[in-house]
Amino acid sequence: MAGSIKDRVAIIGMGCTRFGELWDKGPSDLIVEAVSEAYADAGVEAKDIEAAWAGTIFSGMGGRSISEPLKLQYIPVTRVENACGSGHEAIRGAAYAVAAGIHDICLAVGFEKLKDEGTSGIPGMENRTNTHFQSSGPGMFAIMATRYFNRYGLSPEEGKTMLAKISIKSHHNGSLNPKAQYRNVLTLEQVLNAPMIAWPLGLFDCCGVSDGAAAAILTRADMAKKFRPDPVYIKALQICASPTSGRMTLEYDYTHVEEAYRAGMAAYAEAGIKEPRKEISMAEVHDCFSITEAVTMEDLQYSPRGRVKEDIEAGTFHLDGELPVQPDGGLKCFGHPIGASGIRMLYELYLQLQGRAEKRQIKDPKLGLAHNMGNEPYAPVVSVCVVGL
Amino acid sequence: MIGITSYGAYIPWHRIDRQNFVKAWGGFAIPGERAVASYDEDSVTMSVEAARDCLGDIDPHTVDGLFFATTTSPYKEKQCSALIGMPLDLRRDIRTADITTSLRSGTTAVALALDTIKAGTASSILVTVADSRMAAPGGMTEQGLGDGAAALLLGTDNVIAEIQESYSISDEFAGTWRSESDTFVRSWEDRMVLDEGYSKILPEAVSGLMNKCGLSPKDFAKAVFDPSGDVRRHGRAAAALGFDPSQLQDPLGLFMNVGLTGCAMASMMLVSALEEAKPGDKILFAGFGNGADAFLLEVTDAIEKLGERRGMRKHLESKRMLENYNDYLRWRELVPLEMARRPEKQHIRLSAIWRERRVLLGLWGVKCRRCGTPQYDNGAMSTSPIRVCAVCQAQDDFEDYNFAGRKAKIFSFTHDQLAQVADPPASVVLIDFEGGGRAFFDLTDRDPDKIEVGMEVEMTFRKMGLDRGITNYFWKARPIRC
Repeated sequence: MAGSIKDRVAIIGMGCTRFGELWDKGPSDLIVEAVSEAYADAGVEAKDIEAAWAGTIFSGMGGRSISEPLKLQYIPVTRVENACGSGHEAIRGAAYAVAAGIHDICLAVGFEKLKDEGTSGIPGMENRTNTHFQSSGPGMFAIMATRYFNRYGLSPEEGKTMLAKISIKSHHNGSLNPKAQYRNVLTLEQVLNAPMIAWPLGLFDCCGVSDGAAAAILTRADMAKKFRPDPVYIKALQICASPTSGRMTLEYDYTHVEEAYRAGMAAYAEAGIKEPRKEISMAEVHDCFSITEAVTMEDLQYSPRGRVKEDIEAGTFHLDGELPVQPDGGLKCFGHPIGASGIRMLYELYLQLQGRAEKRQIKDPKLGLAHNMGNEPYAPVVSVCVVGL
Repeated sequence: MIGITSYGAYIPWHRIDRQNFVKAWGGFAIPGERAVASYDEDSVTMSVEAARDCLGDIDPHTVDGLFFATTTSPYKEKQCSALIGMPLDLRRDIRTADITTSLRSGTTAVALALDTIKAGTASSILVTVADSRMAAPGGMTEQGLGDGAAALLLGTDNVIAEIQESYSISDEFAGTWRSESDTFVRSWEDRMVLDEGYSKILPEAVSGLMNKCGLSPKDFAKAVFDPSGDVRRHGRAAAALGFDPSQLQDPLGLFMNVGLTGCAMASMMLVSALEEAKPGDKILFAGFGNGADAFLLEVTDAIEKLGERRGMRKHLESKRMLENYNDYLRWRELVPLEMARRPEKQHIRLSAIWRERRVLLGLWGVKCRRCGTPQYDNGAMSTSPIRVCAVCQAQDDFEDYNFAGRKAKIFSFTHDQLAQVADPPASVVLIDFEGGGRAFFDLTDRDPDKIEVGMEVEMTFRKMGLDRGITNYFWKARPIRC
């Protein structure tokens, strides 16, 4: 690799709306709320922004999707889409522009207004010939759980209990977060007795569908302290797009996500991280379903293959554990307004690194990792961002 | 020698006890059960099933024609035999025809196939006969009808039953009918239908055939002919013709277990007869409807060399009972149902399904010439056709590789309660094919409680949906049927 983003770009301001079924808010409400918080946080104004990137899948087209509500004045604005990693893609666009020395101050916004469809779920799962198998999104991740249980000899009860503990942990964190969609604490009994969505995943194994937006203002590392004493630096930005061989060849085990492993390893290399479990202070990962979080812990080298259960049971990923995961509650408590999720994750890491996470504050974090995974486990686009002081 | 060279049959896996109709509507239940085509089956898919059973190991490229007989074609304008040729991998330079609208379409298709071969235009013609007729809910007809299919391969080589003579009657009389816009079967008062129709016209054709060949009833080992709507009249017609009850291919078993399968009835009965037949047996085969067709068949020694078929016997035994009448109503789309609040399905794109017709209708994938990996792509984004190898990334260096006839094992699965389907939950499997290749498919004809990783499945041609008049067909997996 010719270059690295490490310590070349700093985040100097961030904003994030409350996530939820925001019936009374349109896309412009979400965008303006998130961005105005970021402006204020960075101490900049709209006129200071030199270029902007917008990450959304369903809620806008073109750069106009944010230049219009924000009334950005004739600057370059680009909309990007990279499945569930669209928010990270917006960050990447802005960070690379700053690192390239083209712009000094850039804005990245991720947003999605999903709750105007009148239906539950996320549209767009069909193929061109309408011959796609009749599965919902949860079904594709359920197949991973079936396989994981089978491969590692977990009975359905053992497997479901392992997954339940992931959701219980995340809901505990979410209950402490005023911006979360769901703030209810869960019991094991509640999770295990919840209605089945796609066997073996029940209701609380799945994240919700919500509206939300998050924004970040980026500048050159050498300029960052002019804006604030505690900027957060980008250490790594990696994306791995699947060749989608996993559904076509017998080699793929469907108990890991190769793209997550590769994006994670590339990010560790870029950030100079040798021992991820020791060096990473906290992680926000793409827990669209509880099984995804379990497998991601193994892909990111936090737990040995097939043994995440031990770490889940030991409380390793609790807020007060060795490596807190989803300190803000994760997708599990925020839902997944697709374009917004990646930047929402960074927002939590940013607050934590600055010691501003209130009841959720982790002691003295140094490095945080955000991981997004788009599409299905056998054919995803995965993005991994590492940020730190 | 021209005659039948192979046979096959298909009966849907699902049956409903006729008591369920009475539970829903009151009244009187006909004894027994009837076969119910699944929500993803129709006359086209059942024809494909019967034809695949019939072809067995026979090279489909040796077939010179395909006649599809039905009164329940999914199309008024579009030939289904051309479509059925795709999953069967028939050649392109063949004669195809849909023979429709009459309850004797099945036997008429056999007559036309016979004459085409006699004329030297073809040396082998496949006849598929399928029906899935509907009666308005609440009546006895709904209980009496059933769904099923048969396939007969006619040709000149390896004839198992020579067709020695045929005789046809044309008669305008119709006891049942459906207009251009009718969904359900209509009929006239049954006494008139039986007395003036069935009981006169069918015997006329049978007698005509016997006169033409100089044979009498005692010369036949088996008499296979259509029953009337009232199956009791079958025996009476046979007796009037001079047949002994022991000679009859009794339709009662089929009626009690499957129901009246429209224009497929006589051919399905013939398959049952051939399953029991011995070399030298003479068989009378006749179909009724707007006249009648009758044939003289003589079974040859070759019947003993015909390989195993699922036929009628195995398909009859393999079944699952529907628990209630609501499933039947839902599958036949007889009641409007509340739609789940899920994202709407997109329209079918004719250009896309046409472009990928071999991949979708034939289940053709590829095998990489460089690394030898078989591949089939049924992905969300539909990246097919495959242009670059998933394993070695070689471009455009493939040979055709067919997955339709290959068994596979379940690598993983889910039962999805969220997806809107006619038979919830949506069972979806990721399967590994024998010899390589992996793909996702819907799993149909399954009991969700019995699905396990490692279970063996086979491929079945099914209906995926209907949109703007286009029925979209594709393949699903199912546990090995029988």
